[in-house]
Amino acid sequence: MRARLGAGLALLLLSAWDSPPAARASAAAAAEPSVIRVGSKSFTESYILAEVAAQIIDQVGEARAERRAGLGGTGVTYRAIESGAIDLYAEYTGTLARVILKDAALETPDALRARLAPHGLTVSGSLGFANTYALAVRADLADRLNLVTIGDLGRHPELRAAFSSGFLERDDGWPGLRARYGVTVSRVDVMEHALTYRAVASGEVDLMDVFSTDGQLERLHLRLLRDDRHFFPDYSAVLLARRAMTERFPRTWTRLREALEGRLDDRRMAQLNAMVDLDGRRVAEVAAAFLGGRGIEAAPGGSAHRAMLAEIAALTVDHLVLVLISVGAAIVLGVPMGIVAARSRRVGQLELSVVAMLQTVPALALLMFMIPLFGIGKGPALVALTAYALLPIVRNTHAGLVAIDRQLLEIAWVLRLGWIRRLVRIDLPLAAIAIMAGIKTATVTTVGTATLAAFIGGGGYGALIVRGLALDDTATILAGAAPAALMALGFHALFELLDRVAIPRGLRG
Amino acid sequence: MIALREVSKRFGATAALDGVSVEVRPGTTHVLLGSSGAGKSTVLRLILGLAQPDAGAVLVDGTPMEPATRDTLVGRMGYVVQDGGLYPHLTALENVALPAEAQGWPRARQAARVADLAAMAGLDAATLRRYPRELSGGQRQRVGLMRALVLDPPILLLDEPLGALDPIVRAEMQDHLGRLFATLAKTVVLVTHDIREAARLGHAITLMTAGRVVQHGSFADLAERPASPFVTQFLTAQTLGGVSPAAR
Repeated sequence: MRARLGAGLALLLLSAWDSPPAARASAAAAAEPSVIRVGSKSFTESYILAEVAAQIIDQVGEARAERRAGLGGTGVTYRAIESGAIDLYAEYTGTLARVILKDAALETPDALRARLAPHGLTVSGSLGFANTYALAVRADLADRLNLVTIGDLGRHPELRAAFSSGFLERDDGWPGLRARYGVTVSRVDVMEHALTYRAVASGEVDLMDVFSTDGQLERLHLRLLRDDRHFFPDYSAVLLARRAMTERFPRTWTRLREALEGRLDDRRMAQLNAMVDLDGRRVAEVAAAFLGGRGIEAAPGGSAHRAMLAEIAALTVDHLVLVLISVGAAIVLGVPMGIVAARSRRVGQLELSVVAMLQTVPALALLMFMIPLFGIGKGPALVALTAYALLPIVRNTHAGLVAIDRQLLEIAWVLRLGWIRRLVRIDLPLAAIAIMAGIKTATVTTVGTATLAAFIGGGGYGALIVRGLALDDTATILAGAAPAALMALGFHALFELLDRVAIPRGLRG
Repeated sequence: MIALREVSKRFGATAALDGVSVEVRPGTTHVLLGSSGAGKSTVLRLILGLAQPDAGAVLVDGTPMEPATRDTLVGRMGYVVQDGGLYPHLTALENVALPAEAQGWPRARQAARVADLAAMAGLDAATLRRYPRELSGGQRQRVGLMRALVLDPPILLLDEPLGALDPIVRAEMQDHLGRLFATLAKTVVLVTHDIREAARLGHAITLMTAGRVVQHGSFADLAERPASPFVTQFLTAQTLGGVSPAAR
């Protein structure tokens, strides 16, 4: 009966693997040819542009758009398109030139196009707006201190700054800026962009990096400091696409360029951003509004609600896939590792310390380490989650086995059971309580840790949390966090039941 | 035949056995008698190959007990420990049948053998379907004995088999074992600290203390011709109704 249960579980996993949109991306890319995967970075403008592109793709009908929004920063998102995990996303000329190609001389889309060709990539013409970096202060502070240009900061080294981590590290960000203008501040914090606005508005922070198309600038009474020494390069928005996609779906590519090139100026983009960031309108709605209602849903409230529920349902399956596969793999690896550890003390100590060391790496860092090794998406997330789930399983299997009464093991030897029979009939059942406890711990914690998978494009409930953070939308964050907590409780209850099956009756108290 | 020749065994700094020689004649019941810590269980473990002697030799049917011969030799032995040594996750029946299952016996043969042994041990089918923790101490002991006998080994080794039983059940079980050993005609080595058990069951007795043999002989030999004052002291401490201080 247990074997059948196992087979059923495996089937469930396989079918689940195939169903959610996000999970399908890499695995079924080849099998399902007429799909264009649209990615985005994890900030509002990038989400909006991705959604606009996706709606245009669906309108043309040559291929179906698959949304893989909110992948992360430039590094992750560019690697995603380079590796073929996505086909299209909105990028900026300055970023392409300086961060990705590391050649500041590349200024125009044409120059970039030539250099991107060997990577199998191409760019559209400029979409019209330039989202350059800028420094912003509160308007009243600017008036009081008479701050007009970035250079004016030199007179006020007592100011406190909060920058996004990208800005703090990029050559075209704070390090270069400081060198060019010779300015300094008393304190620099790294903060999530969406949170920095609150800090600036409330006066905890004086200075922040912003994007010139930021929807909040006007409404929060922030003033941009003039870049009179022209430090910030041009960050014109373009569509970055895989050439294979543009050649395969030429009508779609042409339509995307027609619909977007030169159609969005700074003000229009800032308005669209403000509609999402400040008016709390859905990205899909805003994108449709921009396309002039020709988009799919002009989205009355009810259908947005339904869309959210449908998304949560899809992400539930997605999240389950992450948890079940990684815990399954951790069981398949961890139980034998525990058995080996219990048989040899030296191997055991080595093994347990390696696994424990893995556990001391913060989960988010472990996920990030996966990117250079395995890229982004489900695969690397599963590897990291599996590594994370190993410790409780290995440790409990080991502890359960070494705790078995020595006399019972000697009797097994005298009875000449042979090691496989002994393992299956004696050792593992006797250690079952400990092993099950380890698997339960691993599963429940993995449900929580798996929400971090979205930071490297692994999907699951974390997708909502990442998006909610990016859009500063508490409801969306909760829509991801609450089901994850429920799922953890669900697994806990499930294991209470499962204990009755897996733990031999003679051992139950 | 089982023989220990001048066997010594140390555990760290303590000498568990120091030049011990024992001979067990085939078909007899040989009792290793002594307080706990006397080294009698170590003798049993050496016979079973669960431990290796530091010096001297252990012979089973003329073959030295060594890593190479261990597996064959242990196949001729049944082993019973205090409280039965049953696997808690298996029913009594599964415990008894386990060695036969490991030898690949067909189910029918296993069932027939278990039925024979159950009749001999006086246990009914309902009892055999229970888990060890649902059985009384005496029942667990009988199940442990059945398991040791299921492959019908010529040698039976018992380590304080009745140690966990209360006095009345213990006396009952002693009678039961006495009748059983008489009918089975096996070579039996029984470890105990109980004089009455030794007197009731042993054809021959080896009295040990502190890792050495004090005296070999029948109970009558020990009682009437003690080799040292210790022998008399050991025998009287219990026959007077007291319990030797070291006894559990």
